[in-house]
Amino acid sequence: MNVPTLAELTAKGETPEVLFWVGCAGSYDDRYKRVTKAFVKILNAINLKFAVLGTEETCTGDPARRAGNEFLFQMQAMNNIQVLNGYGVKKIVTACPHCFNTLKNEYPELGGTYEVIHHATFLQQLINEGRIKLSGGGTFKGKKITYHDSCYLGRANNIYEAPREVLQALDADLVEMKRCRTTGLCCGAGGAQMFKDAEKGNKEINIERAEEALQTGAHTIAVACPFCMTMLTDGVKAKEKEAEVRVKDLAELIAEAQGLS
Amino acid sequence: MIQQVLFIITLAVFGFFIRKRVLRIRDNIRLGKDTGGIDRKSERFKNVLLIAFGQKKMFKRFIPAVLHLFIYLGFLIINLEVLEFMIDGVAGTHRIFAPYLGSGYTVLMNLFEFLAVAVLLACIFFLIRRNVLKLPRFWSAEMTSWPRLDANLILITEIVLMLAILTMNAADQLLQLRDEHYTATGSLFFSAFLIPVFQNMETSVLILVERFAWWFHIVGILGFAVYITYSKHLHIFMAFPNTFYAKLEPKGHINNMPVVTNEVKAMLGLAQVAPPSGEPGRFGAKDVNDLSRTNLIAAYACTECGRCTSECPANLTGKKLSPRKIMMDTRDRVEEVGRSLEKGGAGLNDGKSLLGDYISKEEINACTSCNACVEACPVLINPLEIILELRRYVAMEESGSPASWNAMFQNIETNFAPWKFSAADRFNWANDV
Repeated sequence: MNVPTLAELTAKGETPEVLFWVGCAGSYDDRYKRVTKAFVKILNAINLKFAVLGTEETCTGDPARRAGNEFLFQMQAMNNIQVLNGYGVKKIVTACPHCFNTLKNEYPELGGTYEVIHHATFLQQLINEGRIKLSGGGTFKGKKITYHDSCYLGRANNIYEAPREVLQALDADLVEMKRCRTTGLCCGAGGAQMFKDAEKGNKEINIERAEEALQTGAHTIAVACPFCMTMLTDGVKAKEKEAEVRVKDLAELIAEAQGLS
Repeated sequence: MIQQVLFIITLAVFGFFIRKRVLRIRDNIRLGKDTGGIDRKSERFKNVLLIAFGQKKMFKRFIPAVLHLFIYLGFLIINLEVLEFMIDGVAGTHRIFAPYLGSGYTVLMNLFEFLAVAVLLACIFFLIRRNVLKLPRFWSAEMTSWPRLDANLILITEIVLMLAILTMNAADQLLQLRDEHYTATGSLFFSAFLIPVFQNMETSVLILVERFAWWFHIVGILGFAVYITYSKHLHIFMAFPNTFYAKLEPKGHINNMPVVTNEVKAMLGLAQVAPPSGEPGRFGAKDVNDLSRTNLIAAYACTECGRCTSECPANLTGKKLSPRKIMMDTRDRVEEVGRSLEKGGAGLNDGKSLLGDYISKEEINACTSCNACVEACPVLINPLEIILELRRYVAMEESGSPASWNAMFQNIETNFAPWKFSAADRFNWANDV
């Protein structure tokens, strides 16, 4: 696995095609590190010149802002913007919809304007451009897959079709949950809920959503967000279905289809 | 002549009360923060046309949308007839438009009658839906006795007003046959069904019926206009400014706080410390005056349909949060402050506040910021903005966020990640095979 840092490339006088913003979950969370690696393997396989910030990357500040701590958010944002602008970064891809939303929609007001793409859209573009070649009739042919919309991709940024096109490119049988696209049910972790227990209620949101996903009869629940990944994986486990049903990120599914995993 | 004088007095009295309420509501909205100039006007007008005027988002739920459309068109178009009522009332004329429009008047009157019947049926259906079928979103926790009564009063008033129009037209048609002074309207399809009810009446009684229905309708409409200013039904007006002022950025965007930007820049040595100008404002919102005027317009635009709450993941799983309640509480609080100010009372300094007395931390802490409520609202109300402003107050003014959030803040400050991992280990994933 070849993972150049932006510092290394810059020292060699090279510029990457895109900066891969890994995000905190992609860097530290054991489950989501597998997504990070799957994405890197895809980029390596097609010789796409990218770089990461490595230890120079820090939290975008998304959970702080959504929990109300604007000071902390802006401290994080300003520091990140200084680093990004210092390298003259133009284009960023990230596998986290929360990082994506913050970088794309909230950094411009603070002086950081970049072309920001979520990896679902990025993968879809690479497939459309023929850089990722998926031969139909592979392991996914006819297999039922359901896609869980991340709020921060869907409602927050109107990205509903790109992830679905990626799944269709796998020749999978895409089945929709009752609540999908604009009415997709949240996994329960947005708005900094990931970092606290849920308030008192009569059900956990991720259980409700996992039940809905299981009702489709799909054996793969595709996600495109680290928080959704955690919440739905836990939900499927709580329903004791983890032996039959797996929760996978889009990048992992593509890497699998390419024989990269 | 007596009728004309009475009519002008009636208009003046109702006009006085309506004006008073309109000014009160305007002042209430002005309690909110002025967020400055309005950009992207053409997009905003487009939203008004498509979403308020064109009802675009209503059509996500087709059957109620069609029925609502009847009532909405009824309101818009029947008001043309109210214009005739006004002129007739002041000038002492009867059906003043009829001679000018000729057979067009018959067509127009039949259209009004069609709409009156459509409104009537839609209102009956809506009453059944609320009270017999008991649609869950009309019976959830915040739908206490007043909101439920308010909804029913609106529907019943509309039914009664439509019946008055049909009664008036039925009596008028009979009078046209008996007395040539009555302007011929031509045959009116729907009210003709009511003719058998009235045809055995004396002419003098008929005149009384016609006059009573006319007066009932116009006084009813004027009274309803006053009532609306206290009711959720105010959405018929406030939906328009609300769609105009609604946020245009992608829903995921949270409004920036320029005050904080200046301070952070100063702390990082990126800018000169600007001397604070005037009273330092509060961070976030504790009460309605900390919210933007747009938020307060939104509170007045809410008609408590509950589509937001019915899509809210927190509410669906039994948490206390209800986005509709956030809007209802905001309006109730701003009205409370307004009433107090009107009486020369303490207003905002009455010892109460939106956060605490109306909305609890438990509610705002349950929000996942998923934007389902924002997406669901047919008139672009954004409860999430208010929730976030309240959270900002709790986090920055009270340091009162949940303990695990405070721990998360601390992790970000020290490790630059929301979890307790060392910043030096951030890139270790690349070494794993």
